[in-house]
Amino acid sequence: MLGSIYALIALGYTMVYGVLRLINFAHGDVYMVGAFIGLYAWRYLGLPSEEGQAQVVSTAGLLLMMLIAMVGAAALGVLIERVAYRPLRRAPRLTALITAIGVSMLLEYGGQLVFGTTKQDYPWLAGTVPSSIGSAAGGSSGISIDRVDVIILVIAVLLVVVLQIIVHGTRPGKAMRAVAFDREAASLMGINTDTIIALTFIVGSAFAGAAGVLVGVRNHYVEPLMGLTAGIKAFVAAVVGGIGSIPGAALGGLIMGLSEEAVRAFYPELADAVVFGVLILILVLRPCGLIGSQTAEKV
Amino acid sequence: MKGNRRHLPTVAWLALMAPVALALWAAGSGLESLLVPYYFRIILLSGIAVIAAVSLNIVNGFTGQFSIGHAGFMLVGAYASAGITMFARPFTESVLRSAHVPDVMLMPLQFAAAIAVAALAASIVGLLVGLPSLRLRGDYLAIATLGFGEGIRAIFVTVDAVGGASGLHNIPPLTSFVWVFLGVVGVIITARNLAASTHGRALFAIREDELAAQAVGIDTFRYKVLAFLISAAWAGVAGALLAHLDLGIDPRSYSFMKSVEIVVMVVLGGLGSVTGSVIAAVGLTWLPEILRPVAEYRMVFYSALLVLLMLLRPRGLFGRKELGLADLLGKKKTVPNANRKEGG
Repeated sequence: MLGSIYALIALGYTMVYGVLRLINFAHGDVYMVGAFIGLYAWRYLGLPSEEGQAQVVSTAGLLLMMLIAMVGAAALGVLIERVAYRPLRRAPRLTALITAIGVSMLLEYGGQLVFGTTKQDYPWLAGTVPSSIGSAAGGSSGISIDRVDVIILVIAVLLVVVLQIIVHGTRPGKAMRAVAFDREAASLMGINTDTIIALTFIVGSAFAGAAGVLVGVRNHYVEPLMGLTAGIKAFVAAVVGGIGSIPGAALGGLIMGLSEEAVRAFYPELADAVVFGVLILILVLRPCGLIGSQTAEKV
Repeated sequence: MKGNRRHLPTVAWLALMAPVALALWAAGSGLESLLVPYYFRIILLSGIAVIAAVSLNIVNGFTGQFSIGHAGFMLVGAYASAGITMFARPFTESVLRSAHVPDVMLMPLQFAAAIAVAALAASIVGLLVGLPSLRLRGDYLAIATLGFGEGIRAIFVTVDAVGGASGLHNIPPLTSFVWVFLGVVGVIITARNLAASTHGRALFAIREDELAAQAVGIDTFRYKVLAFLISAAWAGVAGALLAHLDLGIDPRSYSFMKSVEIVVMVVLGGLGSVTGSVIAAVGLTWLPEILRPVAEYRMVFYSALLVLLMLLRPRGLFGRKELGLADLLGKKKTVPNANRKEGG
């Protein structure tokens, strides 16, 4: 389920955009770093593996990997916000955007230095190891649903529900929505906007980290540049759903993922063109995205 | 930007530029034989970067619309020009010969035609993209242009007639110093004169406040499309020059990252500042080359420098200012010269 991965990343874009009106280009790379943190955690911490199989991680191990990756990614997200974005709070929006691009490049090239430029193997999830490695991606004819995909979908749905509860059911969530609605008014009401923005980065980046681990387990490899296209597509998904809207991001992610996979099955080389075609079509027909109409921007 | 004292009339400009152009025409050919090809290539690349950055500045800086699909227009221009110099070559050659054009002039004329076609094709595509997407605002426009840029690349990659994913090869080496120089001068004159004209003022008004601009009777949509057209046309020129310098088109190198690179130049130089764009474009083209000694760390340095520069100068190097008249005249002449100094 590519869609649920996109949805998880798109959530981070949409949340950050909601509070800061900033396209956080580095978000896709936070997702990449999250995947690597998960990999190293699994490698060096001896997380629960299926006995006798070195390259297989159990479901409990996967959850632990995700947890560590989420914490690591959240820390990275906060660090980026603190160092690169906070000083630019009052600068023109384009400046912050270019800074975001700079941070993104820094993470990509830095990632290539730290992690090496080649693809690295990711562990298999227990019970999903194909009998002959190589026909991993469900090569059998007809419709097949991989166990990994089911697990990814379940985890993604759970995370989105958790997020929805956080945002709509807790005090920080309420504060988050207030900041997104009007930052100055929110700070006049006694909300510490800096804290709330940092919190937004924590939650968004944690989700990206989780998505990184999930995609690693699904594709069985990670690489330092994996955040580039995934980031763009997830961002497109956020826009399609209506940027700033959490259910919109989830929906947009699913739509982008499904349409990409469906086209890829028949015309592999056209997949990217279709993704962006969908984007332009939706933007022309519904300029604020599918669920974005309630957030009228201009006063 | 404000006050006309910084703007020379076009006639004066042309009179001023003619001897400079002639001198550089001569110098350019001498330069090519003098310099190590590597440096010469970077000089040409910075010239092309200037064309791309200044033209993007017309949309992003003058009009305040945010486009991140500039590489898509460059790609259109690249393919269109290659179509003329490669596929239509027998035809154009026979036409030119029947018009008794001397052989020496055959290639330059064809290349001029190719560049014109590139500009035309890119501006037509710009119109097609601009008409629907310029009704969007702010970030949604940005995403639509991003989608266009990536989409057009994906389309070119699937068309086997133009080489598919491996791109086009064996494009004749026609880009010379003179062509790049003419392009640079052309785009700067376009931008400067636009800025001083009624149209330019309308664009600035849109940038400052679109609603207010509309309220005082500016047809904002028409002006936005106009800015988009001009910008796309020059991007097409840049694409044509790049294709005939690289002697091929690799669709991968016209990706989103290329567009971003150009946006970075514009923002770093200062939105709306032509001189800023020029300096940032030249600087950012040279920076990775200067950083070559630090080998694998060079892109890390590059991006770290970018972040630092934005943090220290949030409004770009020049803000919205241009360099003053005296510096400006000096600079117009020294942009290629500065390269030469660094290059030699």
